[in-house]
Amino acid sequence: MTAQALPRTSPASVTQAARGGNRRPRPTAGRVVALVILAVLAIAWLAPVAWALLTSLKTEQEAAAFPITLIPAEGFTLDAYITTLSEGMVPRWAWNSLLTSSAITLITVTISALAGYALSRFDFAGRKMLLAVIVASIMVPGQILIVPLFQQMLTLNMVDTYWGIILPQVIAAPMVFILKKFFDQIPRELEEAALMDGASRLRILLQIVLPLSRPILGAVSIFVFIGAWNNFLWPFIVINKSELMTLPVGLQTVISAYGIQYAANMAQAMLAALPLIVLFLFFQRQIIKGISTTGITGT
Amino acid sequence: MSVDTRTATPAAVARATRPSLSRRRREDNVRGWLYCAPFLVAFVTFLLWPTVYGLWMSFTGRSLTGANAGWIGFANWSEAFADPEVWSSLANTAWFTVLSTIPLVLISLALAVLVNLGIPGQWFWRLSFFLPFLLASTVVSLFWKWLYNPQLGLINDLLGKIGIDPIPWLSDPNTAMHAVVITTVWWTIGFNFLLYLAALQNIPEQLYEAASLDGAGKWRQFLSITVPQLGPTTVLVLVLQILASLKVFDQIYQMTGGGPAGATRPILQYVYEAGFTGYRLGYASAISYIFFFLIIGISIGYLVISSRRTVKS
Repeated sequence: MTAQALPRTSPASVTQAARGGNRRPRPTAGRVVALVILAVLAIAWLAPVAWALLTSLKTEQEAAAFPITLIPAEGFTLDAYITTLSEGMVPRWAWNSLLTSSAITLITVTISALAGYALSRFDFAGRKMLLAVIVASIMVPGQILIVPLFQQMLTLNMVDTYWGIILPQVIAAPMVFILKKFFDQIPRELEEAALMDGASRLRILLQIVLPLSRPILGAVSIFVFIGAWNNFLWPFIVINKSELMTLPVGLQTVISAYGIQYAANMAQAMLAALPLIVLFLFFQRQIIKGISTTGITGT
Repeated sequence: MSVDTRTATPAAVARATRPSLSRRRREDNVRGWLYCAPFLVAFVTFLLWPTVYGLWMSFTGRSLTGANAGWIGFANWSEAFADPEVWSSLANTAWFTVLSTIPLVLISLALAVLVNLGIPGQWFWRLSFFLPFLLASTVVSLFWKWLYNPQLGLINDLLGKIGIDPIPWLSDPNTAMHAVVITTVWWTIGFNFLLYLAALQNIPEQLYEAASLDGAGKWRQFLSITVPQLGPTTVLVLVLQILASLKVFDQIYQMTGGGPAGATRPILQYVYEAGFTGYRLGYASAISYIFFFLIIGISIGYLVISSRRTVKS
C-alpha cells in the first residue's frame, strides 16, 4: 500500500519522468527508423496468430482452397467454432484443464505459502538444511523424472486420474523461495503486536501476512496457472483416457487421429489460447513485473 | 486486517511475553516442520523419491509391464553409451540448443533496446512480442504446422510472391530443424525480451548523462555503458536459455514427431520412446540420468561463474 503511494515522490520516478519528458517530443531520424523496424517485427510476430484467426473464420473448403485467399469470398463464418464446441471433446478437455489448473494453483499457493512462512519466521532445527535442499531441487529438470514418476503413479493407482495430473505439479520450489524472500521483508513488529494479543500463528499468517503479500501471491498464482494450463509432457504421459485429457493433450490426439481440418484445427487452437490471452490482458502488469523482477517462468 | 484487539490484563501480557527461550525453540521446531509438512510430503513423494528411484531403476532391467525388476549393474549405462540413437538424439539436442540460443539472446536484446528508446506504444510492443510465450505448445505447433504447409501455408505463399519455390519445411531433413527453431524463437522470445527490458530500465540514467557531457555519442554510449551494464543479465539469459533449449520436447514432438528420419529427435523424445513405447523403463532411466548430469553440470558451472562475479564486485 505504501509502495503504491510512494513512487510519486521517489527519486527513481522523478528521473523517469524527466527521461520521458526529454524523450517524447523529439522524433529524431534514428527513432523513426527504430519505429519502422519495430512495426515490421511486431507484424511478423502477430501474423501467425492473425492467420490462424482468419483461417478459423473460414469454411473448411475455403481454408483448403488454392491459391490461398486472405478474405474468403463467401464472407466469414463461425461454423468451425460451433462445430468444435457442439461436437467432439473440446469442451470436456477445456473443463479438465480448468479444473486441474485451478486445483494445482490453489494447492501450490497454499502449501508454498505455509512452507515459505515457516522458513521465514520459525527458527526450527534443520531449517537451513531444508532451505538448501529446496533451492538445490530447482536444478532438477522435471522432464528427467517422467519415468520414475510414472512408476510412482502406477504404485499409487493414480494413472488416468485427475490427482495423477495434479499432484506432481504442485511442487514449486522456486515459488517457496520467492514467497519466503517476500515474507522476510515484512516487518516482524506487526506480528509481535498480534502475538501479544494472543493471536495464533496461523491466524497471523491468514489475517496479517497474507493480505500484505497480495501482489506476490497474485503473481505466483498467475504463473502457476499458466504453467499448469500449458503443460503438455506430464498430462500426456499420465493420461490415456480421452475423457480425462487436458486441452493441450487432447488437441494433439485429434490432430494425429483425424489429420487435416484446417479451419476446425485453428478454431480449436484459438479456443485453447483464448483464456490465457484474456488472463494476460487483465494481469499484464503483474505478469511483466513478475518476470522482470524474479525471472519466474510458468514451469 | 481485523486482528483480535481485546484488552489483555497486565498479568496475561507478562505471561505472553515471557515464554522461556527454550520453550519458544521447542515450539518453533514443532511449528516449523508442521507448516512445511504439506509441501514436504508432496516434495518427497513426487520429486525427491522419484529422483532417487529413477537412479536405482537405471541399474535394473525393469519394463513397463513390471517384469525384470532385478539388479543388472551398469548394463543399461554401457548400452546407452554405445547406442548410436542416444548420440544422434543428443547431437540433435545440442544442435537445436546452439541454433535457438543465439537468436533468442541476440534478437531479444535488439528488441529490448529498440523498445527502450522511448518509442510510443510501449504497451503494444510488449504485448506483440510477449503474447506467444503464453501459448501452449500444442497451440503453437498447430499454428506453425499450418504456416509451414507446403501448398496451403502462408509462408510458402509469401515466398512464392518473391519468386522462391515452395520449401517442404517440416518434411525435409535439411530444413526441419531450422523450421522448428524459427517456431521456438517466435514462441519464447518474449521471456528474454522482458528480462532485457527490465535490465535496461535499471541502468542509472546518470551514467548516460555523464557520458554525453564527456562528448560520447549514442553508439559509443551503447558500447561502453549499455553492453557492460547488461553483462550479468546476459549471463542469466544465456544460461536459462541453454537449459530451456536442452529440455526441448513438446514442439518437436508435435511438429515433426522427431522426423524426418530422426533428424530432429531430441534426447527427451528418445527417453519417452525407450520407456513408454519400447517398454524399457530401466534403460530409459539410464538415458534420463545421462541427460540429468549434463544439466546439473551446466547449472553448477553457472553458479560458479556468478558467485565469482559477486565476489569480484
